[in-house]
Amino acid sequence: MSIFSTHLPAIHVEHHKNTSECPTQKMPLPDKLYISMVQHIGAPCQPTVSAGDLVKVGQVIGDSEAFVSAPIHTGVSGKVVSIENSMSSVGIWDPIVTISVDKKQETAEGIVPPEVTDKDSFLRAVRASGVVGLGGAAFPTHVKFNPKNLDEVDTLIINGAECEPYITADYRTMMEDSELLIDGIKTTMKYLGIGKAIIAIEANKEAAIKKLGDMVKDNPEIGVFTLKPMYPQGAERVIIYETTGRVVPPGKLPADSGVIVSNVSSIVAIQRYIKTGMPLVSKRITVDGTAIKNPKNVEVLIGTPINKLVEFCGGYRRVPKKIIMGGPMMGRTIYDDGIAVIKNNNAILAFDQDWAEFPKETACINCGRCVKACPMMLMPTTIFKAYDRRDVEALQKLNVTLCMECGSCSYVCPAKKQLSFINRLAKQLVAEGGKK
Amino acid sequence: MSRYNQGSLIVSSSPHTLDNISTSRIMLDVLIALVPAFIMSGIIFGPRAILLTITCVVSCVVFEWAFEKVTNKENTISDLSAAVTGVLLSFNLPSNLPYWMAVIGCFVAIVIVKQLFGGIGQNFVNPAITARIVLLISFATPMTTWPMPKQIMEAADAVTGPTPLGILNMGGDPAALPSNIDMFLGFVGGSLGETSAIALLLGGIYLVGRKVIMPVIPVAFIGTVFLIAVLAGQDPIFHICAGGVMLGAIFMATDYSTSPLTFKGKIVFGIGCGLLTMIIRLYGSLPEGVSFAILLMNILTPHIDNLSRRKIYGGGGRKGGSRQ
Repeated sequence: MSIFSTHLPAIHVEHHKNTSECPTQKMPLPDKLYISMVQHIGAPCQPTVSAGDLVKVGQVIGDSEAFVSAPIHTGVSGKVVSIENSMSSVGIWDPIVTISVDKKQETAEGIVPPEVTDKDSFLRAVRASGVVGLGGAAFPTHVKFNPKNLDEVDTLIINGAECEPYITADYRTMMEDSELLIDGIKTTMKYLGIGKAIIAIEANKEAAIKKLGDMVKDNPEIGVFTLKPMYPQGAERVIIYETTGRVVPPGKLPADSGVIVSNVSSIVAIQRYIKTGMPLVSKRITVDGTAIKNPKNVEVLIGTPINKLVEFCGGYRRVPKKIIMGGPMMGRTIYDDGIAVIKNNNAILAFDQDWAEFPKETACINCGRCVKACPMMLMPTTIFKAYDRRDVEALQKLNVTLCMECGSCSYVCPAKKQLSFINRLAKQLVAEGGKK
Repeated sequence: MSRYNQGSLIVSSSPHTLDNISTSRIMLDVLIALVPAFIMSGIIFGPRAILLTITCVVSCVVFEWAFEKVTNKENTISDLSAAVTGVLLSFNLPSNLPYWMAVIGCFVAIVIVKQLFGGIGQNFVNPAITARIVLLISFATPMTTWPMPKQIMEAADAVTGPTPLGILNMGGDPAALPSNIDMFLGFVGGSLGETSAIALLLGGIYLVGRKVIMPVIPVAFIGTVFLIAVLAGQDPIFHICAGGVMLGAIFMATDYSTSPLTFKGKIVFGIGCGLLTMIIRLYGSLPEGVSFAILLMNILTPHIDNLSRRKIYGGGGRKGGSRQ
């Protein structure tokens, strides 16, 4: 906001990093896995197995011909019980592959380190690993790593901001998988031909800053950057601006500004595949919230039902009223805790009644807090008034499509208006061109 | 283990956590910030000042409650905004104004300016300022008969006289002006809550500290008054302490509904208020111009907002051009 500041606007949100000192525990095998075929942005996968097939750990069970897609693997050995359409965790109908776990955990043939010699073989390996943007966006990483203008990219930003409250999964990744992370950064830089890497971490994760800083001190091309402990420092456009001062204009991609951003967990998953040949079949997840008995970080197989995961964390301490996949600022509420974990989950937060219900909305008092808070420098209160009039032209002038739905405006609103939600509706209205 | 689903889980749009700030908390902060000036008004002008303030607060709250009752709208007196308007209006009145006139002012502020335009956040001019101007025009003599500060150890009341700006406006002897120390503390004639610069500044610092207001408008407003006073060859300290500059700049011009949203807009608004105030003071026939200055700038606010729309991240082009 301020004309004197070189930072983008940001807000203070209580961190609640309760589980930061909880080392990751591996969850025992569940009886069944429910693996969704829609776990990324882009074309959904088609099942490559059918009911009755026997599968082994690491085997591909879903894939797609489309470029913007990533294969899906099973993390267990067992038998495919059924493939049926079911309401997935993102609220759309998609095929769910249900596998009954035989607990033998036999590894599939061909789980050997891939041969990586150049950019093309590296990108093939990234695709084969099944890795998507694990920070939450779930954009297939092999696509992100292969922009048209790769030769213009000079900086790789490794996103360890983890600015969402409660979540500590990325922090635990940085602490527990630091070697895979550093090796993964080096591998990525080498095959993509990027000369410089910046690991950006929020100031509230001192131990990770120190540990990674010590590990890269002999590598001048890799730096550790300390971000302000504010929200939303981990948003792609924000982290690029804060670390490099570069602006990604609306409608452009980070690569157009010479930057590729990747989450720490994605890099670790890629490096694990390159080292062992084991694709992305499990995920480190923070389980926390006022309704959870024993909050902790859990390494869980993709496809594990959330209620089993909660059971592993001691069950519910209070009756859950709101369960969120992801953080409280941008996460998605689920309507059924029988839904299974997907690739881009980094937290499951369950809250009780006191927390789940919001105070009543009151009239906008024009205080301008939302305007001051918006990291994209939009004017949420003006957008909300234009949306009330269904004024598409005004909404376009207000650049509502630039909104990344970080939730800062709703968070700071004293009138408790759901501004972020209104932005979402306004974007939809603009996309439809105001047709009703 | 039981499973939780549609029946029991709330599904909503993110974010799922909110700051604990609320409208009533903001208004409470404004009331707290007004306490030093309230106490000083009692010390300077005596119990009549306190009683007049209480009258205004009670009438404003009652008018708001009654209007919402009659029009079958949701009751909003608990957001404390009516109480704030009451205090601000009383601070703009001479302490010896008849109570019934003050009540008429409250009616204008709450019913006409605020509620008829849609209630909190919808009024396009500041209710307290507008009510004060209506009273000034309707009851010119009582509204400009200023009681003088009570002399210490002296019981006599009902002593009236000109305000410092009044002395200046009538071409009076500058030697008759009170000292700057008296001006700063507030022991001069004037509206009951506007005289004590120090008390109002304390309140302003509290509001800035609590992040209720940004200091932009007060600094631009007071700075402009200071600068023009210097250019006009008059005592700048006198001008910023005299009349309603402090009260207006800190509490009235920063009213959310009637001031611009953006940083740039706030600067323009503050400078405009200062400029108009000084033009009226130096060249107008009225001794004081803060109320009119703020009122005029209130009316310009939607236009300032439109013109000062800030450049979005990545440039301001409609098609997303890269003007960096």
